[in-house]
Amino acid sequence: MAGVVTTQLSEKTARPKHINESLAVRIILISVSLLFLGCVVLLPLLSIFIEAFKKGADVYFAAIRDPDALSALKLTLLTALIAVPLNTVFGVAAAWAISKFRFRGKNVLITLIDLPFAVSPVIAGLVFILLFGAQGFLGPWLDNHNIQIMFALPGIVLATTFVTFPFVARELIPLMQAQGVQEEEAAASLGAKGWQIFWRVTLPNIKWGLLYGVILCNARAMGEFGAVSVVSGHIRGETNTLPLHIEILYNEYSFSASFAVASLLVMLAVVTLIVKSFIEWKTARQLPKEES
Amino acid sequence: MHIEVRNVNKAFGTHQAVRDVSFTIERGKLIGLLGPSGGGKSTLLRILAGLETPDSGDIFINGQRVNDVKPQLRGIGFVFQNYALFKHMNVFDNIAFGLTIRKARKAEIKERVNELLELTGLRGFEHRYPHQLSGGQRQRVAFARALAPKPELLLLDEPFAAIDAKVRKELRTWLKSLIAELGITSIFVTHDQDEAVEVADEMLIVQQGRLEQQGSPIHIYTDPRTAFVAGFIGHSSVVEQPNSLRGFENAASLAGAKAIIRPEFVEVGRQEEIAFPSAAEKGKVRHVFFRGAHLELDVEIGANRVSAHRSLDQVPLQPGEEVSVLIHRLYVISDESATMVENPLKVDPLPVHI
Repeated sequence: MAGVVTTQLSEKTARPKHINESLAVRIILISVSLLFLGCVVLLPLLSIFIEAFKKGADVYFAAIRDPDALSALKLTLLTALIAVPLNTVFGVAAAWAISKFRFRGKNVLITLIDLPFAVSPVIAGLVFILLFGAQGFLGPWLDNHNIQIMFALPGIVLATTFVTFPFVARELIPLMQAQGVQEEEAAASLGAKGWQIFWRVTLPNIKWGLLYGVILCNARAMGEFGAVSVVSGHIRGETNTLPLHIEILYNEYSFSASFAVASLLVMLAVVTLIVKSFIEWKTARQLPKEES
Repeated sequence: MHIEVRNVNKAFGTHQAVRDVSFTIERGKLIGLLGPSGGGKSTLLRILAGLETPDSGDIFINGQRVNDVKPQLRGIGFVFQNYALFKHMNVFDNIAFGLTIRKARKAEIKERVNELLELTGLRGFEHRYPHQLSGGQRQRVAFARALAPKPELLLLDEPFAAIDAKVRKELRTWLKSLIAELGITSIFVTHDQDEAVEVADEMLIVQQGRLEQQGSPIHIYTDPRTAFVAGFIGHSSVVEQPNSLRGFENAASLAGAKAIIRPEFVEVGRQEEIAFPSAAEKGKVRHVFFRGAHLELDVEIGANRVSAHRSLDQVPLQPGEEVSVLIHRLYVISDESATMVENPLKVDPLPVHI
């Protein structure tokens, strides 16, 4: 699965003229990448909106206002709202432990954090079915106690959390390792205790990296399809998230409606990306200052 | 005794960083912890601050054992090598940190910070962030921040290492006078002996985790107790066969076979320039190095080679020239000890009494 891509562009990477490629090479390189990006990313995205409005704005808004679509949107947001904070707390805790302490099994922990990236989301979903499903290990017990996890909100949240949990930790570990423990030691020698050190020194130092990780995590949480599809049960208006709702509409040949809802998801993603770019811009402004 | 360290040991894995170190420090002294890099100086400092726990041994501050006292409660100010200033806080907040944590009153904090800004000459910089300051200014902020909660003891880990040579000299003098003014017991770590000699009231020489010698700079310079100290302090050349040198024929019988000779105790010149020609012997100039304020000569005496200083005012000597060499004193060293030996021939052999 996609690893975390950090895009920290710095202006300083521009090479001096005398070792640069010729104009022709540069034009070719730039146009190839633009063309590729256009064909593979922009065109499909654009086609979503074209397809969505094909039968007119009325059909578009009707599809979005459809109670099933609204409930899917609500479920998606709710899932993200639970999974993202969970992973934020977990990610900070894991990154903290890994970068600031020496302990046995550290490498195992790092590998485990990467596991959701390495495993197919479908398998992630199946794992939960095996655990909590009617024929699963804990299924009968849960049934007896009338607790519903599969084909309900808890299952969806669990699957989403599983798939998105590396984002925050992966973003923070290198950052915190690079920062080291000196500022924290300084704070300790000045009398600050554990939590005071965290709130006043550690957190302010990692805040931009943390936000970045949270945003990536959120983007994935809202868009997750595979794992959620396995555990959700596809009950319309109840356990359908936006990606699942889109698939159902599409399979029913209501293309316009499906693309209308898809455009909703795209817009959520676009908002996320805008916030992400803003944060990158903010961090980039901070970085050169720190280097000086 | 203000600070007392008893039989402290610390190992990191198989590396023994501190070996059975004991010393005491009087209140108000400025101590230089000197030794080669990787010799355990910083570890010792961090153990005092409570940032590392010793494997064995005790630390007393004001007669109270502090081994189990957390760093937060030891009342120690620590200035880190790279200052470890809080990047996201301005100078004022950095200095105020220790007081803010203690929930001191706003007015009190302001007063204390202003006092320190005045003391460190940082007035006008209180709203700057660490990245907007020069190395020397950052060092002052780190210093002010450590002093703000009025610590009992100030620890400085290589405080001048990251500053360029010229500013370093100014800061040294500034720091010494400031600490003398405040009267706060301070320990600073350095690998630069000029720095230690210039700044410290007392030096602790540490090598491979062991405390080699403690004493005032002059004391350590004139009376090194161990072979390591004799070789480490001052610029010196090691002579393999001291008993072949004129005047020191019996020196080797005192201890091992080697000796250390400092250039300031070697006089080199044409025969007529030497005050005690009878105590001098023949040598040959191998190289002449220009050292700014003086010349350094590399002189060969039989199988031995020593280095000597020569003033720029004197007649220049050329490489290859035959010269007279008078060795005033040397340190005979064995594995453990160092003994100073004066040249016995320097007394006029035929005194004429009138």
